[in-house]
Amino acid sequence: MLYRLLQLVKKELQVLFGDKSSRMMLIMPVIMQVALFPFAATMEVKESAIAIYNEDNGAASIELSQRIAKAAAFKTVMNIYSQNDLIDVIDKQKVLIAVHFPQRFSAGLSSQSHPASAQAQVIIDGRRSNAGQIANSYISQIINEYILEKSPQRPATAIIVRNAYNPNLNFKWHILPCLVAIITTVGSLMVTALSVAREREEGTFDQLLVTPLTPGYIMAGKTVPGIIVAVGQAIIITLAAVLIYRVPFNGSFLALLMGMVVYGLSLSGVGLFVSSICSTQQQAFLGAFSFMVPAMMLSGFVAPIENMPRFLQILSYGNPLCYFIQLVKGVFLKQFAFMDVFPFLWPMLLIALFTLSAGLWVFKHHIE
Amino acid sequence: MITAIEVKSLQKRFPGQSPALDQISVNIAHGSITGLVGPDGAGKTTLLRLMAGLLEPTKGYIKVLGMDPFLQCDDLRADIGYMPQKFGLYEDLSVIENLNLYADLRNVLDSERQRLFRRLLTFTDLTKFTKRYAGKLSGGMKQKLGLACTLLGTPKILLLDEPGVGVDPISRRELWRMVRELAGGGMTVLWSTSYLDEAELCDSVCLMNQGRIVADDTPQSLKSTMRGRCLHITNIQGNRRNLLKQALRAPEVIDGVIQGANVRLVTAAVGAYPDLGPVGAGPTARLVEVEPRLEDAFISLLGGSSSAESALAAVIPEVELPPDMNQDAVIEAKQLTKRFGKFTATDSVNFRVKKGEIFGLLGPNGAGKSTTFKMECGLLKPTNGQALVMGIDLKESPSKARQRLGYMAQKFSLYRQLTVEKNLAFFSGIYGLTGERQKHKIQQMLDVFSLHPYLEMPSADLPLGIKQRLALACAVMHGPELLFLDEPTSGVDPVARREFWTHINGLANKGVTVMVTTHFMDEAEYCDRIALVYRGKLIALGTPDDLKRKVITKENPNPTMEDAFIKLVREADDE
Amino acid sequence: MNSGGSGFSLRRLRALNKKEFLQIVRDPSSILIAFILPVVMLFFIGYAINLDTSRVRVGLLALDGGEKAKSFISALQASPVIDLYPILSQESLLREMAQKKLRGAVVLQNDFSAKVIIGQGGAAIQVIADGGEPNTANFVQAYIMGIWQNWSLAHSQENAIKTTRPIDIHTRAWFNPSAISRNFLIPGSIAIVLTVIGAMLTSMVVAREWERGTMEALLSTPIKKLELLLSKIIPYYTLGMAAMFLCLIVATTIMDVPFRGSILILCVISTLFLGCVLGMGLLISTVTRNQFNAASATLLIGFLPAMILGGIVFEIASMPLILRFISRLFPTRYYANSLQTIFQTGFVPELIWTNAFFLIILMFFWFGITAKKTKRNLE
Repeated sequence: MLYRLLQLVKKELQVLFGDKSSRMMLIMPVIMQVALFPFAATMEVKESAIAIYNEDNGAASIELSQRIAKAAAFKTVMNIYSQNDLIDVIDKQKVLIAVHFPQRFSAGLSSQSHPASAQAQVIIDGRRSNAGQIANSYISQIINEYILEKSPQRPATAIIVRNAYNPNLNFKWHILPCLVAIITTVGSLMVTALSVAREREEGTFDQLLVTPLTPGYIMAGKTVPGIIVAVGQAIIITLAAVLIYRVPFNGSFLALLMGMVVYGLSLSGVGLFVSSICSTQQQAFLGAFSFMVPAMMLSGFVAPIENMPRFLQILSYGNPLCYFIQLVKGVFLKQFAFMDVFPFLWPMLLIALFTLSAGLWVFKHHIE
Repeated sequence: MITAIEVKSLQKRFPGQSPALDQISVNIAHGSITGLVGPDGAGKTTLLRLMAGLLEPTKGYIKVLGMDPFLQCDDLRADIGYMPQKFGLYEDLSVIENLNLYADLRNVLDSERQRLFRRLLTFTDLTKFTKRYAGKLSGGMKQKLGLACTLLGTPKILLLDEPGVGVDPISRRELWRMVRELAGGGMTVLWSTSYLDEAELCDSVCLMNQGRIVADDTPQSLKSTMRGRCLHITNIQGNRRNLLKQALRAPEVIDGVIQGANVRLVTAAVGAYPDLGPVGAGPTARLVEVEPRLEDAFISLLGGSSSAESALAAVIPEVELPPDMNQDAVIEAKQLTKRFGKFTATDSVNFRVKKGEIFGLLGPNGAGKSTTFKMECGLLKPTNGQALVMGIDLKESPSKARQRLGYMAQKFSLYRQLTVEKNLAFFSGIYGLTGERQKHKIQQMLDVFSLHPYLEMPSADLPLGIKQRLALACAVMHGPELLFLDEPTSGVDPVARREFWTHINGLANKGVTVMVTTHFMDEAEYCDRIALVYRGKLIALGTPDDLKRKVITKENPNPTMEDAFIKLVREADDE
Repeated sequence: MNSGGSGFSLRRLRALNKKEFLQIVRDPSSILIAFILPVVMLFFIGYAINLDTSRVRVGLLALDGGEKAKSFISALQASPVIDLYPILSQESLLREMAQKKLRGAVVLQNDFSAKVIIGQGGAAIQVIADGGEPNTANFVQAYIMGIWQNWSLAHSQENAIKTTRPIDIHTRAWFNPSAISRNFLIPGSIAIVLTVIGAMLTSMVVAREWERGTMEALLSTPIKKLELLLSKIIPYYTLGMAAMFLCLIVATTIMDVPFRGSILILCVISTLFLGCVLGMGLLISTVTRNQFNAASATLLIGFLPAMILGGIVFEIASMPLILRFISRLFPTRYYANSLQTIFQTGFVPELIWTNAFFLIILMFFWFGITAKKTKRNLE
């Protein structure tokens, strides 16, 4: 029977890679996304606009304004001269953020007798509060540095910040390992979820069922292409990340490879489960889509899982993508060796086991 | 003669392909019914679409009612009724909603609409079902509704694209009656079909093949060229399959089929009868001249049917079933029942199929023959009773039993993306053929079915006849002892069908047991026995001649298979 | 005009629209796409993408047991934004961070208290943030920095040592005072949701007509191109608006997102946007004529650009020029921006009309191509 299984796998691969258009469908989106995504998906604030409303015009405020204007985050600096202008530029989104130095700002700062009289106001656009907050932190940093420099004596304590794994907090180092997981999810899930539905629609599924192959073997044959697509796409993106985007790769490639295989298996499990309950390609597509969107949202790729409400966190335990993203990041940035990936492997294996057996069960009961 | 449609040297070529239509010239008379006949891929649909103004001609000249259908479509559309292959119905709309939609689109209003609806609904017998969704109608009813929608607005030209495909003979006859009566009002009808018996009823026929018109004449004159060339061998003793094989070897014979207990032959020339001695028909056998059919003319125009001998049967060993097995019950249904919810699709069906027998399952659409068939090959689980294959319930020991059967699905389910060679390699592989044996077998199949020229072609691009050969090759290459065929020849031209049946006959002679479903009555004649299934029940079981004998009346002393089919179903209705 | 009625006919359009509505009502999958999918997507995007790092898990390696160290530690413990976990040793720090899923760690060396008391500087608080999550790492830094500043201020006053008074920064997020990211993400996700369902609905229905052969039958009737196009747009426009209002209700009642604008303006902008999206969907299906390819294409040119280039999660201004240009081809960014403004600010004419202007241009762009590609025949 093993030989027949091999034949089945061979056929699946031939169908998958046999003609040019389906090969393109597997590779083109990967290339496009790898080319665009890292540049688009950034939470850094660059080249944005800032408004400075300086009522003070003292030495300190002018110096601070100049430093802000030099910062890489802000390309456009608008000087405004009234509260109304301030409202206007924020309302109309001409700027993301505005800094207001009130009168006597510099005086307050230099005078020793009026505690805390140097106040600066930062106004951010609440419609884009994430970017605003990030910009705000840049401004705080600039102001803090200024204070430190002007300080007459060294402060008793100092804070030294080091970023482990990603010293300059390069956003691409975060996004590319995530892409390895995200893009493979789409490819592998579509391939497995739709393959059974397609065979049903083309009538070849009945043909398979009358052969000596049992539903178990047919399922096994269908998981292999899912794994191969997952591994293949993941390797392409990994190579692009390392060679083109120069993301460091510190861990063990073998460990990553193993992660890819197990992740592919768990995706195939989900895909086959979807396909076992669908009779048309349209249903299978909707099913895969309904799994994919929440899975991506809950993966921790856009926002950390620990920020989510409790029940979504619980839900994310069943999401193979959560484990795989952590695994890939670990291998890329955190020097994961073989033993380190294990805690992420077994939950994925468990998911695969569960979905595959559920799929097989539905299959058998659907047919007979 | 007033010409309604005029076509001159018309060519239609789709980008990157050889012309779908080439050098077509034909005149369609006003008020006539013209049959457009030919195998799948002959270009029938393309021609109809060109007439409906849905496609632009590549070259040549086409005028419908004196107008260019493509450029003047605004003026012409109201006068053309076109029914596409899938009837163009919205399955999730009810009968009356479909009618209302098309009435609005065709500008049929108010009292005129009410009058037409009443007439069409009575005519189509759909009055009782106006609230039913079109998707829930039977194939025959859908077809009638589709025709009714097309007839709204009383078009001057009616173009029907294969209205009879996949529909049982009863519905086909009713449709024909409808069109006949409606066309009486001076409507010009073009009716495309792959059933030659249907085309025989038309005023004139265009025989098409490979994008060209092979003949354009009245059915009578086409048939008259065959007069005196059609014979029956009656009172045969011995195996009529062997007899057919021998008879086709005779140089005088260009075509032959099995017709119940008789063998029907077509000769190359009038009066040139074959010698009955060497063909081994037995001493009592006699040659009787019979009425020619349109199919005879078609086959003769295409150069006669080719193969006398099945090359496949020659390479297949004699089937030896284990001696402890009941040789009279290779396939058996015992009180076989299948219910889907409240609906009983198959109801206590019993039959047994002998070794080497060709057993046909016939019945109207939705009567339960597919369900029965699927249970026998293990694709559906019976609710009650047993479906046994070689004494084994396919549920008990599925892999072992399935190894011994071959299956050919409707529409030749091959992997479209895979080449011929890869399809063969895959199907032999999953049946456990390995190494040299596999290579040898694939080679053998390529030889037997002359598939060498197509070796590297994806199966999706194959002509239908070749697809059918490949599907059969895939089904038989592991040497199955029994063979399940589900509508194995739909859409295939008569010549390819003859060739196919030559193989099946050859296999049956080697002891392979065959179970087949079909809508073609002439194919039913090849069967040793036929089970007629209607409303889930077995209403008749016997040889083709048994069934025909049941419906002999004074008015119809010589009923055809189709007569038998219709009469038996009607009788079951009356009970 | 002759008897066949070669002009545009309202009656035919009405008949086609009625047919389309009946099909929508009877097809569970269009109900699923139009009403279930939006709510589910809104819910997941709204709750799962929480960009406000509310609490972070931070490790603490305190090698110093002195008074000053204790004082700083209690300042950390008092913070509402930090969950503190002990770390055992310097050597295992990174490993422990990974195991305990810590986003950062604070290290106090064993001479910390002593150095503070001497007051000669050099008493360093080390902060190690997990750079694998740059966004969170920024927050970790900012939080600890803030705690440290307050602590050192209090500490210096206690010791009557004069230090430079830090500048007091008041940050205010206008329209969204508590800077809840949900308040701007939800209006943004409504834009994503409507992009997907608008494009998916139209692309799948037209493709379905091709697959089932009904398109061929329609085309052979005296139907006009404009009637055909409008018959697809009007029903799915209605459905899209219904989905939009459903999202609005879910967002304002269940998710507590404030709505400060006018419904009328919302309707105008949504109409323009749906015009673009339906045009895109029609184009996809006209070109592919097959449900599977239509759905894949919708995913590729509908969902992904909306998600990435819509300016909802990621700042468009931070993207390279070419991407900023590409993002202008998709209507989502204009709609998302309008929604955010309408929800949180109200009516800002200049902003809304600029967006409306671009939406109108895009609508003509997408419809222009669609109209060009739609034919009254099968060629």
